[in-house]
Amino acid sequence: MKAEDRLEERNPIEDLLRMDRIPHIWCPGCGIGTVVTSFAEALKKTDLDLDKVAVVSGIGCTGRVAGYIKLDSFHTTHGRAVAFATGLKLANPELKVVVFSGDGDLAGIGGNHLIHAARRNMDLVVICVNNFNYAMTGGQVAATTPLEANASTAPYGNFEFPFNLPFLMEAAGATYVARWTALHLRRVTMSIMEALQRKGFSFIEVITPCVTLYARRNRLGDGLNLLRYYYDNSEIQHGADTRQLDISFQGKIIVGKFVDKDKPTFLDAMNQHFTRVLGDDYQLYGRINHDRD
Amino acid sequence: MTEIRFSGFGGQGIIRCGLITGKALALYDNKHATMNQSFGPEARGSACSSQLVVSDDRVLYPYITQPEILVAMSQEAYDKYEPELREDGILIIDKDLVKPRPPRGKIKLFAIPATRFAEELGNRIIANLVMLGFFTAVTKIVTPDSMKKALPGLVPDRFLELNLKAFDRGYEYGLQVLAEKEKGQTKGKASAKKSKAKK
Amino acid sequence: MKKVKADPKGVLTGVHYLDGDYAIAEGALAAGCRFFAGYPITPSTETAERFAARIPKVGGVFIQMEDELGSIAALIGAAWGGKKAMTVTSGPGFSLMQENIGLACMMETPLVIANVQRGGPSTGLPTLAGQQDIMQARWGSHGDYEVIALAPDSPQECFDLTIEAFNLAETYRVPTFIMTDECVGHMHEKVVIPPAEEIEVVERKWYTGPKDKYLPYKLDKDGIPFMVKAGDGYRFHTTGLTHDERGYPVINAECQDWCVRHLCDKIRKNADKIIILEEDETDTAEVIVLSYGITSRVATRAVQKARDEGIKVGTLRLITVWPFAEKRIRELAPKVAAFVVPEINYGQIVFEVERCAAGQAKVIHVPHCGGWVHNPEDIYKAIKEAVK
Repeated sequence: MKAEDRLEERNPIEDLLRMDRIPHIWCPGCGIGTVVTSFAEALKKTDLDLDKVAVVSGIGCTGRVAGYIKLDSFHTTHGRAVAFATGLKLANPELKVVVFSGDGDLAGIGGNHLIHAARRNMDLVVICVNNFNYAMTGGQVAATTPLEANASTAPYGNFEFPFNLPFLMEAAGATYVARWTALHLRRVTMSIMEALQRKGFSFIEVITPCVTLYARRNRLGDGLNLLRYYYDNSEIQHGADTRQLDISFQGKIIVGKFVDKDKPTFLDAMNQHFTRVLGDDYQLYGRINHDRD
Repeated sequence: MTEIRFSGFGGQGIIRCGLITGKALALYDNKHATMNQSFGPEARGSACSSQLVVSDDRVLYPYITQPEILVAMSQEAYDKYEPELREDGILIIDKDLVKPRPPRGKIKLFAIPATRFAEELGNRIIANLVMLGFFTAVTKIVTPDSMKKALPGLVPDRFLELNLKAFDRGYEYGLQVLAEKEKGQTKGKASAKKSKAKK
Repeated sequence: MKKVKADPKGVLTGVHYLDGDYAIAEGALAAGCRFFAGYPITPSTETAERFAARIPKVGGVFIQMEDELGSIAALIGAAWGGKKAMTVTSGPGFSLMQENIGLACMMETPLVIANVQRGGPSTGLPTLAGQQDIMQARWGSHGDYEVIALAPDSPQECFDLTIEAFNLAETYRVPTFIMTDECVGHMHEKVVIPPAEEIEVVERKWYTGPKDKYLPYKLDKDGIPFMVKAGDGYRFHTTGLTHDERGYPVINAECQDWCVRHLCDKIRKNADKIIILEEDETDTAEVIVLSYGITSRVATRAVQKARDEGIKVGTLRLITVWPFAEKRIRELAPKVAAFVVPEINYGQIVFEVERCAAGQAKVIHVPHCGGWVHNPEDIYKAIKEAVK
């Protein structure tokens, strides 16, 4: 391909990507890139000041997202993205902080931070790409692997009960919970937009094929097939009871927006509480940032 | 250098005794005063103590080794800490709560019904301040003005007056006991002389 | 390095009677710390309690995290959000923080961690003193890196050195530790807090050049890169992976060499500027008692006794434990018969002293496994043995 042809094929979201880091490391057929595209489009459709949007990722395939997004972006340690994002948001409340990471990072090693950030209604948008396994390290069983599915550390099939993430998040206190598959491009974009424009802890799970490992080990065909399979096997049920959202191996996937409610965020609650209790002694926090002039 | 131990059971304000005295000495009496507390896993009940090392120079060893002064506000604390008191030390007890054994060596015993006095003032919680007033009078290690100056910030503002009253109650009682002892001593000395003369 | 006067809002000017833990919180507030994330652990909790009580009236955030893994992660996030940030912990919590201490080093994040040491290993002695994490402070996270660690011996120094810790953290963009212990942490003494205008604090090394020219890890003349905070429009990237000037991952030996050398050399090459020592009669000494933290106070009693007997004893107190005072110890080693090294552990800093003494002076260790401070008599005996 000649250079000028390539120019014509400009990536429509390239102003939001670190093009000097492309090509990315994701496998052909991987769904993470699709979710990144949805995220970029959501960003463009909102009127957010993009200088004030920060992305935090942990470790894993999805953990690499922070490295490709051209915003203030932090590639942190395994499991700690939500805790890192908590500090970032609280230190500079004018930021919109998005945690973009995988199921293993967020719900496995980072599960404690995830539930506590939800409990506090920390003002974060968490995009959880769920590919049912630990992909970066070679397809090991995860907290989200469906029963019976094969993984490199569950070579005879998985017998551990997996997390139902929307249920976990609602129970923990998340004020916005949605689930889609990666092929629900517009729906994912819409959910991310909604989450970006609201306050509080928002959790969006996106079911995504892992072609190289999960699909191959479980003989589920190539990426596009699997993407299509997830899409075709999903059923939109907005407001569904999150207790009913378990995912079985190659079974039906209930998608939709399940939770969308108002509750004071950590910072709002803090300001309200201290204003009430301490009155004029309280130094209202987060309205003005004096740290740099 | 003087080593002091305040002791009693949790909830009596024993740590507070160390804090107030330490603050008074360090901030207003121009001494070096290092206060440490013994930590047990329980927040209430059981033997509780705070220790204070007072010196004109910097305190190097931060703990007491053989205290000159022991304040005991419970039997358990008395039983536990009395044996470490110096033979020429001062023992101060709440006489309703501690039944002391016959005194050892040249130990001087001072007793006050601190908790009873506190109850009379309206709240047994200030027994520690009654005790501190008494302690200040009989040991003379710290000035009463400094002790009173040390109170704000270490007792709740709304109870400051009551705490001061409790302190004064203990202090006055201390002066009274001292005066009586002195009287007794001069009497004792006089009779001792007399007996000598007889011989 | 830009020094400014402390923000008076955080400075509790006056003479106080405080314990070491509280003094650390006051030092942090005076230094401009406005973010604290922590998890309760004896014997450090009082610092968190003090900060939680004070910060709403100063302006800032206190958050009690779900664990120490979260505390340190939130700290790094807060530092990149523009705040001066700290946490306080003790041995078990310090262990949990180690991975992200590495991340803070790798991302060159200024932050302060106070470790009020207790006896270990494991749960050990929650309520009693130790100095057993002193090597962990240096080597606890994986990989090659350098940190700064200070060891206060009194509540006053807890206050003073916490300010110093923030200043060093900002100057060198490195996690800086206050390695105190239960004894100092729970010890009440007089603490003088000066007026704000007498407290110098180091400001972050903010980048002010053109936005499109900003490179997060391009070294300035002094070897320390400029920093920006999230939200300022630089759209920068930083990572725990080995990275180049742009902050982009580069997974090869060459970049690793550049990265690691820089992380270590920025401290090693500035060691003389960083290290604070307190010496007494070292030039005429036959034997030097080398110690740090509370142990140096206890040791002074032994030193006084030995001096009273005519023994020429000097003292060397490591106020800065890391980077290690190797140059000074190398200078002193040929001139003395021995170093006596008491510490509340079963042998840690003594190995560093042996390394630097390099056989030119005897090194006598006076161990104490934790739970109390040394009996000065044990240190005195070691001094006697040294001059035998």
